[in-house]
Amino acid sequence: MNKAPKDTRVVVGMSGGVDSSVAALLLKKQGYDVVGIFMKNWDDTDENGVCTATDDYNDVIAVCNQIGIPYYAVNFEKQYWDKVFTYFLEEYKAGRTPNPDVMCNKEIKFKAFLEHAVSLGADYLATGHYAQVAYRDGEYKMLRGIDENKDQTYFLNQLTQSQLEKVMFPLGHIDKKEVREIAKEAGLATATKKDSTGICFIGERNFKDFLSNYLPAQPGNMETLDGKVMGKHEGLMYHTIGQRHGLGIGGSGEPWFAVGKDLKRNILYVGQGFENDVLYSDSLKAVNMSWVAEHAPAAEFSCTAKFRYRQTDSKVDVKVLENGDVEVIFAEPVRAITPGQAVVFYDGDVCLGGGTIDEVFKNNEKLTYVG
Amino acid sequence: MKNVYLDHAATSPMHPRVIDRMMAVMKDEYGNPSSIHSYGRASRHVLDESRAMMARSIGALSNEIIFTSGGTESDNTALIGIARAYQHQGKHIITTEIEHHAVLHTCQFLEKSGFEVTYLPVNEEGLVSVEELRLALRDDTILVSIMFGNNEVGTIQPIQQIGELLQNHPAFFHTDAVQAYGLVKIDVNELHVDLLSVSAHKINGPKGIGFLYIRDGIKHQPHLYGGEQERKRRAGTESVPAIAGFAEAVTIAQSTIVEKNELYVSYKKVILDIFNDAGVDYIVNGSSESSLPHVLNISFPGTNVESMLVNLDLAGIAVSSGSACTAGSIDPSHVLVSMFDKDSERTKNSIRFSFGLNNSEQDVRQAAHETVKIINRLLK
Repeated sequence: MNKAPKDTRVVVGMSGGVDSSVAALLLKKQGYDVVGIFMKNWDDTDENGVCTATDDYNDVIAVCNQIGIPYYAVNFEKQYWDKVFTYFLEEYKAGRTPNPDVMCNKEIKFKAFLEHAVSLGADYLATGHYAQVAYRDGEYKMLRGIDENKDQTYFLNQLTQSQLEKVMFPLGHIDKKEVREIAKEAGLATATKKDSTGICFIGERNFKDFLSNYLPAQPGNMETLDGKVMGKHEGLMYHTIGQRHGLGIGGSGEPWFAVGKDLKRNILYVGQGFENDVLYSDSLKAVNMSWVAEHAPAAEFSCTAKFRYRQTDSKVDVKVLENGDVEVIFAEPVRAITPGQAVVFYDGDVCLGGGTIDEVFKNNEKLTYVG
Repeated sequence: MKNVYLDHAATSPMHPRVIDRMMAVMKDEYGNPSSIHSYGRASRHVLDESRAMMARSIGALSNEIIFTSGGTESDNTALIGIARAYQHQGKHIITTEIEHHAVLHTCQFLEKSGFEVTYLPVNEEGLVSVEELRLALRDDTILVSIMFGNNEVGTIQPIQQIGELLQNHPAFFHTDAVQAYGLVKIDVNELHVDLLSVSAHKINGPKGIGFLYIRDGIKHQPHLYGGEQERKRRAGTESVPAIAGFAEAVTIAQSTIVEKNELYVSYKKVILDIFNDAGVDYIVNGSSESSLPHVLNISFPGTNVESMLVNLDLAGIAVSSGSACTAGSIDPSHVLVSMFDKDSERTKNSIRFSFGLNNSEQDVRQAAHETVKIINRLLK
């Protein structure tokens, strides 16, 4: 597409946060025909009966008026419920730890929302993600954001060519600090707004309270892997492998960590010590693979991988199985690999794609206790 | 290409004569109408003349007109004022499912305060059944509130028949005439209406002013207390410039009813002819027999309202759908839900064109052609 910026319509997905505000500002400064759109994915009202999305939308309005672009909202509550929230609950029911952000990017932001943008005559969809798109060797590559600490390619791992050709990430080449500075300098209403944390639909609320509205909590025993009962848990879904939070096991010695789950017996396995050997594994199998290039780099190849957001990369060997799933063998044992989370592959700064961690192995044996 | 405003049912531009009149009053008649000096008397004169004009426009008396801040306050005042004043006679109110939220949400408030409300359904054309109303009436019904012309689909209710039915029942009859006033001839005595709400900004008057007609002799409990303005029924210094502008708007609106009806009905035809010629698939929502001339609500199968409205706006055409809702996203209109069904596609693919001051046939053509272009692009 070789249109002049002024003839190029870019729809910016605006959340009411500083990142998407600056993304819109930068595009406007570059002369694009920018349209800001707020997505409402979750129906929620606060104790006064006010929709919690209203404040964020008001920020979108303020920023768009400052920048001088039209703004609209679109409602994807139904799609979000069907595609993201249902998956989220199913994964918890299956004893895994889902990643709704990955699913939201795949099904909502870069699918339903992208389609909406195209229906509005948009040439591109832009978001405030910290990632980069580059056209090299006849295909679109997704690169990590320059700000290593903020890089969000982990959450974008399911994007492929058909999406990347229509996507812009205006913040990919700048760091967060600079984003704040640009916002302050432009006097944007969101310049000093706190970054949102946690899962979007839960917001600042207590995770346990939230989840218990949708899934019945089934209390059970906490046991060590050799069967010693250490106490009670309130529900397997409240615990993530490798975390010590909320176990409430006192006593002497090193702190206790969740090390695994037995869904059938409703047992939470616990072990002592952050470095506990049972938390370590040396390979995994991943499913739902998606490659940015729309095909794997090779049947077998070496690269680096992330098993959770903001983790440093690990060296791995990847073997693509006949059905498209992958086996990932780690150069060094890795702690607390969690089924349900994403494994994402990189070649240097290029994100190759990713999938969902399904099974975890050590010494060629499946660690049945992690799911 | 110039932008086209076809959302006059949401609000309308002020007529230049209204602005001139308001400017003059703002400059010269700044006295408080309650003051005893010459400045006060001059303002009082403007106020009285304006009130008399409003009263005449609906066949009422001056002392039956209360100025309010607009349609919402008129509806609130009517419902809450009557409910409070007559609750000893009964606590039952009847309204419809397709009222403006100024009525519906007030009814919900009254329900929380111990009143019982019956919400009458409407048929596919948006019409209430007088027979169903008759069956819903009870000995303890104190108020019936049924809107005159619907703001979303334009359907005009059988107000006179309802008024006549209620002649034989002690319940008072309120009608929200915000959308119909100025386009339909209204005589409160012929129609047997006891209370009637009107807003200025829908008829090229200023925003923030309206009136409520309350038939003489009906008790009514105020909900603003203070000075003795509006015969103690609505305290607060009157906005004389807004009221003067409102009166000017009423004068203009009343004298142009016939020509506006002819013009807007012809605009409806222009739009539908263009859709027919282009082979666009559409269904007109509302009543073909009894409809406000300036409201045209159309369902476009296969489209969705969020995309249509944004596309039209980006093409410079300002139209709307039901009410904009939480955080700017569009909820299915309660009016269309009542007419069709919650799951009907028509609740999700309908948009409203509404005509008014300054709209030329050229504007209407442009809007229709842009609509065709967008639909063809979306459905391709």
